[in-house]
Amino acid sequence: MPQELYEDKLHELEKKAEEARELVIKTLLEAGSGHSAGPLGMADIFTAFYFHILNHDPKNPDWEERDRLILSNGHICPIRYVSMAQAGYFPIEELKTLRKINSRLQGHPHRTALPGLETTSGPLGEGLGQAIGIALGAKLDNKKYYTYVITGDGELDEGNIWESVMFAGKNKMNNLIMIIDRNNIQIDGFTEDVLPLEPLGAKFEAFGWHVLEADGNNIKQFVDVINEARAIFEKPTVIIAHTIPGKGVDFMEKDFHWHGKPPNSEEAKKALDELRTLKGQIESEHK
Amino acid sequence: MLNTNLKLNDKLFDADVEVAPTRQGFGDGLVKLGETKPNVVALSADLTESTYAHKFAQKFPERFFQTGIGEQNMASIAAGLAEAGKIAFISSYATFSPGKNWETLRTTAVYNEANVKIAGHHSGIMTGPDGATHQATEDIAITRCWPNMHVYVPCDSVEATKATIAATDIKTPVYLRYTRDKTPVITTIDTPFKVGKLQTFWVTQNPKVTIFATGYMLYYALLAAKELEEEKLNVLVVNVATVKPLSVEDVLETTRDTQAVVTVEDHQVEGGMGSAIAEVLAKTTPLPIEFIGLQNTFAESGKPTELVEKYGMGVASIKDAVKRVIRRKQ
Repeated sequence: MPQELYEDKLHELEKKAEEARELVIKTLLEAGSGHSAGPLGMADIFTAFYFHILNHDPKNPDWEERDRLILSNGHICPIRYVSMAQAGYFPIEELKTLRKINSRLQGHPHRTALPGLETTSGPLGEGLGQAIGIALGAKLDNKKYYTYVITGDGELDEGNIWESVMFAGKNKMNNLIMIIDRNNIQIDGFTEDVLPLEPLGAKFEAFGWHVLEADGNNIKQFVDVINEARAIFEKPTVIIAHTIPGKGVDFMEKDFHWHGKPPNSEEAKKALDELRTLKGQIESEHK
Repeated sequence: MLNTNLKLNDKLFDADVEVAPTRQGFGDGLVKLGETKPNVVALSADLTESTYAHKFAQKFPERFFQTGIGEQNMASIAAGLAEAGKIAFISSYATFSPGKNWETLRTTAVYNEANVKIAGHHSGIMTGPDGATHQATEDIAITRCWPNMHVYVPCDSVEATKATIAATDIKTPVYLRYTRDKTPVITTIDTPFKVGKLQTFWVTQNPKVTIFATGYMLYYALLAAKELEEEKLNVLVVNVATVKPLSVEDVLETTRDTQAVVTVEDHQVEGGMGSAIAEVLAKTTPLPIEFIGLQNTFAESGKPTELVEKYGMGVASIKDAVKRVIRRKQ
């Protein structure tokens, strides 16, 4: 169970998250293609996972007892790569290779290319099923690790998700925790315009899940909710994590046009200026 | 004559030849694997009994997972189980798996190099009265195009058991193709089975044509060879039990003396086993080839024996193809 977050640790995580956002912008600028909004919106959650929640060992990525973190919406992988580099899975320098030839950092994550990725993903709707399979494997082998799976919200349009949701509910997958990045955007617009998901929590409840909500840009709150989820023994838990797409960069926030494109150099400079100001604020808040 | 070295069923041409569905061979193989390999698990999408996975499910209930009618979910859960160290067999009708869930398998099993074995049942027009919706006639094409994939098409129930067990010799995905109806048992438990190895089931002096056959259609090819022999026309019949990997050496070896080929399969001729043979020959020693199979058409409901005749895949059609290809040689 991740420990309670004390003030100094929280401060450290918030700084890490801002550093992660800067690395995301720099990485995307260097890559010249990729997704901006999702990775920025999920920086706090990934920081919380890699630096507080997960029981893992960056120097031994295949350690059998590790918690599994499955990224179903593989297109937000820049933030996963950034967090993994920060955590010591590979050198920060390697982030510059994202989406380039001969790189381990594929445009969408490929498990066998980079140790520490649990699955290959990108095509949507498949991560929850894979997470269920891993969690079933854990139960068969009496392993104590948790399987966490992050999905997008637009991704919930996929039928495969609901096949998996039904299965997990029926099989009371209590070693599985799903986190939905509820940022309300998908490629063609706002989720509620493209194909409405609400009432989202009620849908999961109807399928036999325990439903929690959290501010996905509030590390303290997110960690508390994860701890709550781990205390649920009779069913699988989903955390609907409300995030702001493009979080930290004013002109990207809540704008679905930033779903699938990287900043140009001018935009990147502006974004980094904003993020540095934000980091300054965090530092002063905790003084 | 039947190749005596291969210890084939010597009653093959008897009127009361033993018959059994290849899916039964799958069920038997899966149970044997359950007994010998504790990390083998099986999943079914509401077709447990008709895919013969029920024997495993009854014997190893804790290692069997019912996913309901959701083939994509079955594929992704199997990939997850494989990531957790299991050998995961998924079974359904081939039109649904690897048909309906093709991309899920591509991403989570094949590209991901997960230890998932895809058992596709009700392949070909042998599925009969259910009609073309349930007759998988493209499954070889859509699986053999995957990089590093293995594709096994057993000719009978005995070989089906061996193929099922052999699928666990590698740690990456294998596609196993089975049929619904009972078909003649061609091999015996003593017949060798080796992945990637082509075996000549019908041998003769001075052969004029090599017939490559896959799945139960091998029986029709052997019947054709026997009748042709009575007409003093000698052919070889080769069992293509593993469509991929396909041994270039074996294809060359088995066509060296004949320099003409007929391929026989219950599948669309575009992209199937015949195409695989043609790709090898086109790159090495181009030869005239005739393709027996579905010719740019879906089939329909009917008895399998009726469908085989109507769609030009029966013994007479194979014999005609042999004669056609000989004319093309000259």
